[in-house]
Amino acid sequence: MKTLITARGITKHFGATKALDGVDLDIFAGEVHVLLGENGAGKSTLVKVLAGIHDQDSGTIEGRTSLAVIHQELALVPELSVAENLFLNRLPRRFGFVDRAGMRRRAPELLDRVGLHVDPNAKVKDLGIAQQQMIEIARALDKNAGVLILDEPTAVLTDTETDRLLEIMAQLRHNGVGLVFITHHLDEIQRIADRITVLRDGRSVGVLGPRATTRHMIELMVGRPIDEQYPRARQRPGQPLLSISGLTKRGVFQDVDIEVHAGEVVGIAGLVGAGRTEVARAAFGVDGYDRGTVAVDGKPLPRHDVQAAIKAGLGLVPEDRKRQGLVLTATVGQNLELVTLANRDSKRLHDIAGKLRIKGRVEQPVKELSGGNQQKVVIGKWLLADPKVLILDEPTRGVDVGAKVEIYELINRMTAQGRAVLLVSSDLPEVIGMSDRVVVMAHGRVAGELPRGATQDQVMALAVQEIPA
Amino acid sequence: MSTISIRKYASENGALAGLVVLALVIAFMQPAFLNAQNLLNVGVQAAVIAIMAFGMTFVVVAGGIDLSVGSIAALAALVGALTAGPVGLVVGALCGLVNGALISYGKLPPFIATLAMLSVARGLTLVFSEGQPHETDEVVTFLGSNLAPMLPLPLLLMLAFFGITGLVLTRTNLGRRMYAIGGNEEAAKLSGIDVRRTKLWIYALSGLFAAAAGLVLAGRLGSAGPQAAVGYELDAIAAVVIGGASLSGGVGRATGTLVGALVLAVLRNGLNLLQVPPFWQQVVIGAVIALAALLDSLRRR
Repeated sequence: MKTLITARGITKHFGATKALDGVDLDIFAGEVHVLLGENGAGKSTLVKVLAGIHDQDSGTIEGRTSLAVIHQELALVPELSVAENLFLNRLPRRFGFVDRAGMRRRAPELLDRVGLHVDPNAKVKDLGIAQQQMIEIARALDKNAGVLILDEPTAVLTDTETDRLLEIMAQLRHNGVGLVFITHHLDEIQRIADRITVLRDGRSVGVLGPRATTRHMIELMVGRPIDEQYPRARQRPGQPLLSISGLTKRGVFQDVDIEVHAGEVVGIAGLVGAGRTEVARAAFGVDGYDRGTVAVDGKPLPRHDVQAAIKAGLGLVPEDRKRQGLVLTATVGQNLELVTLANRDSKRLHDIAGKLRIKGRVEQPVKELSGGNQQKVVIGKWLLADPKVLILDEPTRGVDVGAKVEIYELINRMTAQGRAVLLVSSDLPEVIGMSDRVVVMAHGRVAGELPRGATQDQVMALAVQEIPA
Repeated sequence: MSTISIRKYASENGALAGLVVLALVIAFMQPAFLNAQNLLNVGVQAAVIAIMAFGMTFVVVAGGIDLSVGSIAALAALVGALTAGPVGLVVGALCGLVNGALISYGKLPPFIATLAMLSVARGLTLVFSEGQPHETDEVVTFLGSNLAPMLPLPLLLMLAFFGITGLVLTRTNLGRRMYAIGGNEEAAKLSGIDVRRTKLWIYALSGLFAAAAGLVLAGRLGSAGPQAAVGYELDAIAAVVIGGASLSGGVGRATGTLVGALVLAVLRNGLNLLQVPPFWQQVVIGAVIALAALLDSLRRR
């Protein structure tokens, strides 16, 4: 088998922290090589060293000339057309001007290689995120990239889109491309990986074959045995704390009824676009709605008023941590006290930071933390506010297994104290494993409710059902 | 110390180091620079821009910009001369409130809203002054005078505003909200911060500070003219940026802005002492601003 990249003994420090510690890595032609590890284990640093964004302190890398990285934040220009993005940087020219005709001729051929059938004249901003990824991959392939590094591409994709991406990856592997694939979804790894390099604390702790079990992967990753992935501790439900009834926003969601009792975790499952996040935001007062009521502990909330919702005891951990949850220019402590600015209490702040087991000091800039620790900060700012009901929207997206379990334990602790949690999640095993009841939404309506112990098939059957208009 | 805090230290004190180097170079070339009276003059010359720039710091930290401060200063000074100083302050704060309302409730970009105010406030100054300078009363004139032989009031006012700014930024909810909004407006909103009302306050404060700067300027000159403080908004922005604030918001400190304003004043004073022709002074000052921003950008990389 042809080796495309050989990295030996890669070591990289950032200040006093050792981000990479003697990592060896081989990338073969025609393989899907998964990099697995918790957030902060060194995956991103390794990718950046391979790509030449960072220089390693010691160690050698051979063969990285034909390498392309597809980052999570896509490097496309939204206002330009698909064709222009494909040839960005080396637009074909004729008589000194951009050769539009030639560009349009060559574009479909490139798009074909990733199985994307869109109008090359369409603006990139009008395409979905999955299609945008494909455009970046097509662009990388046109530069004859022999090695393609995909940094958590599936984190932003729906299930069908993920399936499509994995198909394309299999196709590229067949054509002899070496693929480095970073993902937190173990099922995806089992479907496509040829080899898995597991990183922990900057070191490569093992290279696994394609038939590695989930358990084996997790244990290598966290460095200790994990008893249970979803350690939900049930409570006896008390009085209703959050009552959403008849909530309607024309064209977005209709007649949504959800009740969450003290001590209870209610999950909201459904496909992307089913209206789950929209209901959560409307209930919290971020967006308005046309009809219906939202009440916390029996008291109705005014529409479109976040401050009133918080005062009544509601909290929301939004789906996009970086865009909606954190002030990245500020420190951990400053982020923790965002909600409780009016009555600051530094003792409680340190107390919560300790309880959350946030790796990093309170004075540290929050952008230096790993994704999992950042998410704990977002949850922590709400714990400081002491809400009766916390709405969690995709709380473990892009979070590693170890931090996931810690977040689940936080949910358990909240419900044990008589609080209620509304859990919106696209991760089916999670929403089933952690919820006491699962409300399934489809096309902006509640399609049904399932008790604890429901199967993924039951949830999916409700999620995809057609509701007569 | 983590890399970030070292970097923070360097960027904070980078401007300060620049100021010291600048002063040393000028003192070497023209020892008269170190004369106590001259140093006091530098402080007085820095005061107007510094007070304005402190108000601008609130705006910039919150991710905005205020182009109208020069015009507001002129209008407030004129109103102060025609009526009384405190009325000028109220007018300045009101202009700021209008800016804030246009930005918060009218959803105009700060650049546009304050550009409009730049023109409106300057126009009103021309209208009310009928194109003529007006003498200031003794209260306003007092603001520009010496409290004692070596104790110029503008300098003390600058230090007072510096203290207020530092307090507001670091010790009040309003200040913490400014950093949150400038760092991530969406996250601030979702954390229950009333972003719109906070912005109203921020621009009102900027207007108030600009008015105070205008009154100090008029006090020093003994009159308020229709063309007072033209272009001062750019100096104020320059002072904030030299002080290490980020125009994309979320970063900035009162000490940085003070140092930034002093850098500009030391430079102007030094160039005068070195008898650099005024036309060339503009070129040098522009180059220094670019250099300061460049150094800061290199340090952050």
